Amino acid sequence: MGDAATKAAIAEGAAQAGFAVALAGSGGSGVMTAGTMLLEAAARAGLFGLMVRTSGPQIRGGEAAALMRLGTRQVESLDDSFDVLLAIDWLNLNRFADEIPLRPDSLVIGDVDAGEPPDFFKASGATLITLPLKKMAKAIPGSWINMVALGITGALSGIPLAALEQAVAATWKKTPEGLQANLTALRAGVDAAATVERARPFKGATSIQAGRWLISGNEAAGYGALRGGVRFVAAYPITPATELLEWMAPALAKVGGTLLQAEDELASVNMIIGASYGGVPSLTATAGPGLALMTEGIGLAVSAEVPIVVVDVMRGGPSTGIPAKSEQSDLSFAVSGLHGDAPRLVLAPTSIADCLGTTQWAVQLAEALQAPAIVLSDQLMGQSRAIIDAPADNGAVAQRLTAPANTPDYKRYRDTESGVSPMAVPGTPGTVYTADGLEHTEAGIPSSGARDHRLQLDKRERKLVRYDYGTRWADIEGDGDLAVITFGSITSAIREALARLRARGIKVRLIALRLLAPAQPRKLEAALDGVRRVLVIEQNHSAQLYRYLRSVYDLPARPASFHRPGPLPLRPGEICDAVAEWAGVQSVEKVPA
Amino acid sequence: MNDIGVPAIFTAAQYKSNYKPIWCPGCGDFTVLSAVTKALAQVGLPPHEVAVVSGIGCSSRIPAYTTCYGFHGVHGRALAAGTGLKVARPDLTVLVAGGDGDGYSIGGNHFLHACRRNVDMTYIVMDNHVYGMTKGQASPTTEPDWDNKLSPGGTGIRAFHPLVIALASGANFVARGFSGDPNGCADLIAQAIRHPGFSFVEILSPCVTFRPEQREWKQHVKPSPVAPTDDAARAARRIMTDDGFNIGVLYAGNRNPYPLGAAAGRPRVPLDDIAAEFAL
Amino acid sequence: MITPPQTLDELMAQALAIERAAAERYAEFADAMDTHNNREVAQLFRTMAGYEAKHAQQIMEEMGWVETPAMPAGVWPSFEPPESVPMEEVHYLMQPWHALQLALAAEQRAEAFFAELARVATDGPLRAAALQLQEEEREHVALVQSWIAKVPPADADWANDPDPPRYTD
Repeated sequence: MGDAATKAAIAEGAAQAGFAVALAGSGGSGVMTAGTMLLEAAARAGLFGLMVRTSGPQIRGGEAAALMRLGTRQVESLDDSFDVLLAIDWLNLNRFADEIPLRPDSLVIGDVDAGEPPDFFKASGATLITLPLKKMAKAIPGSWINMVALGITGALSGIPLAALEQAVAATWKKTPEGLQANLTALRAGVDAAATVERARPFKGATSIQAGRWLISGNEAAGYGALRGGVRFVAAYPITPATELLEWMAPALAKVGGTLLQAEDELASVNMIIGASYGGVPSLTATAGPGLALMTEGIGLAVSAEVPIVVVDVMRGGPSTGIPAKSEQSDLSFAVSGLHGDAPRLVLAPTSIADCLGTTQWAVQLAEALQAPAIVLSDQLMGQSRAIIDAPADNGAVAQRLTAPANTPDYKRYRDTESGVSPMAVPGTPGTVYTADGLEHTEAGIPSSGARDHRLQLDKRERKLVRYDYGTRWADIEGDGDLAVITFGSITSAIREALARLRARGIKVRLIALRLLAPAQPRKLEAALDGVRRVLVIEQNHSAQLYRYLRSVYDLPARPASFHRPGPLPLRPGEICDAVAEWAGVQSVEKVPA
Repeated sequence: MNDIGVPAIFTAAQYKSNYKPIWCPGCGDFTVLSAVTKALAQVGLPPHEVAVVSGIGCSSRIPAYTTCYGFHGVHGRALAAGTGLKVARPDLTVLVAGGDGDGYSIGGNHFLHACRRNVDMTYIVMDNHVYGMTKGQASPTTEPDWDNKLSPGGTGIRAFHPLVIALASGANFVARGFSGDPNGCADLIAQAIRHPGFSFVEILSPCVTFRPEQREWKQHVKPSPVAPTDDAARAARRIMTDDGFNIGVLYAGNRNPYPLGAAAGRPRVPLDDIAAEFAL
Repeated sequence: MITPPQTLDELMAQALAIERAAAERYAEFADAMDTHNNREVAQLFRTMAGYEAKHAQQIMEEMGWVETPAMPAGVWPSFEPPESVPMEEVHYLMQPWHALQLALAAEQRAEAFFAELARVATDGPLRAAALQLQEEEREHVALVQSWIAKVPPADADWANDPDPPRYTD
């Protein structure tokens, strides 16, 4: 690889690397709010960024950390380690030791009066600087310590003061005097940052750029549903899906839709089936335990051919598991968790931004194919916020094949070449029918007959398999005879890992599946053309994607698996090492900034 | 009802484990925990002969905070798990505990049938009129006009009335308590444990984080002005017309509890004899 | 309407119950504050719990009791013994000043309680004992007041937590 190309790749790597900062503290110190404002300020300053939150088990007052990464290009994965950790206090912060990796050249800023930092900081060799954070806040009556923290980290992130001030003012809901006090505290923080030796402020902020959004995965999925045409949602709260439903409650009202709070997940899935039977595109959102309850309902939607969308914001499993952490361990359940032969759609967004387009697409597919669609999001995307380019509308919209009034000899489940039968909307004269979970004739009359069962099974499978899913089914990037196959939120970290390898001349193709079911054998064969070896990467304990792919696809000889469970996110560095080892090369150092 | 013979001497402290609750300071559940330990001390059962079964939610964290056998199950199914446990192991004393979200929403169906079945156990619901664990949505006992994110402006739906439902479904003992009165709650729980059949104790337990206005409850709570009755119709009328803040035993009935341990008394038949019906 | 004690033993049993309950309550608060990272107030509550436990111990020794005597119902003017800080009064962000104000109110309630017992006492020795207990509580009141004078007053925005509640189940 030529020098110029290497330099360009290294520069690209540096630009990708960006600036990783963590804010931590407990009991009212407001680090989450500070993190959110930092992200907003970054957006105003023309940066991209990502914020992941983590906290202890307390509902209030617990230890908490905002884990952030800022950059000049779209950022959708945390870095391998943090450049700066600002801790307002040290209480119980050792809980986050694994989530806040530090390097010897990292900077840790603590409060002069907060006592000894926990052991894991010392072990990292990072430089510890103390500033009088509490004293600075106290010196400005009515100000909060998290504003000082915001000023310091904002300055170290290279964000202009104006952007920081705007971020604070825009969300301020209390008195004008309070705002002034906190802006003063903010400035005090910015000034204090200038005194920190060894600080290397990030240089990336530019002038304000229009056309960008600050959004969470849950919000993106909700908006995607609206764009796709959903107008009825049944809701039962569950971590980490609740915000998706809470966002949709007022949003649906604005477009003439309705959200109904259900008594449980059995009710919510059956409510959306009822609404969809009535002709209204419908959706619900849940997590693993709720999806488990919904399976009978999803099977009903398969058999009665009623379109529904169920967003599963995956969390640590099994059972109650680890509710506030991410994992990709519902895949097996989603693709095969129904009794009987029950084909259904399973999709998975690959990023926070993609939560929008993929949910939107899922609505379109469910409606076009009169089938249930499960959208596998996860806690990492769902509850994290990112600055993204305003997503273009992919145009996917619900378009159900309905039956005209008085269709002669109307049969709801009439066999057709595509497998999709016109679906009468209740209220339409001349096309009355009874939807049924029982196996049925083409007219919808219950039947235990072999011919009817065979015909309907073939039809329900055919409609999904024959459909042309176009190019959206997967993101296929790069070339070479090595390929990584993955899905979901870890796609971004994998992309970054493969970019580092590419900078060293190691070419690995990336296939990030967006449509997991039905399988797409011809498309995957084309994507794997020329590929000798495949590595499947995923975040679960039992290699669910690896086993699924081997069961429904022919893969090149000896496919390999790199998998580990949650709760910790997969980082580019560990993926890079795993891919390098699999590819038979020495471990690749992180491209220096 | 257990035959406890001579009660053992336990202090309330012996029923409390070393795990520090994660409840917000000020939460009513702390005093409910204290009341449970005092009640168990009153009844005098060894901790290892008591099982505490719960679902999901802040209140459902309680089993690990006791030194009894605990089962922290899934959302809304605690009564089902508790029923299975008691029917299979009638010798154990079973307490089922949880919140209003867990118990009356997803658990609603199991609640009806647990009251119907009248298996001897005690069900303690810590009612704070909100889903606390998932950050503040309306629960079935929430007032119709309580604004929240999932139902902006309030659900507009009449609140659930658990005590009347329990009575109508056949619960044999119905009481209401208030977490601000832990000794009173302890007495109610002890009575509930001693009373045969399904005993239901609803404890108003304010949520300091999502419903800080519930600090006002202590101004409204008062001992029930009438003695408990064993007349279900009279109790129903009283409960339906009270203001929701009368505390005490409201109904102590005489229904026959679910017949437990019947299997133990039946004569045994060898397996080979059972197979005789297949032989020609 | 409270049921006043009729004998010295009953009176001291009530005094013991008051101290014990207060000790338990302060210990619970200390644990809850520790769990919520409010170390300063946790320490303060633990100190208070220690004092109350000591008072309880002193009563046991004075009376020569080995086991805690039983208590009838209906002796307290409200739901709980007078020296117990009500559960709902604490807040995870409270400051030492708040904690001491709660302790002060508790001691004042206890003082008023014994004053009332002295007032309704039916015989001399009982009255004298109740007055003695009242005097002790008055000393506790003064002590807490002196502590209050030494701590800074609570910040105006002590209850401010910019972060929303987090859910974990």
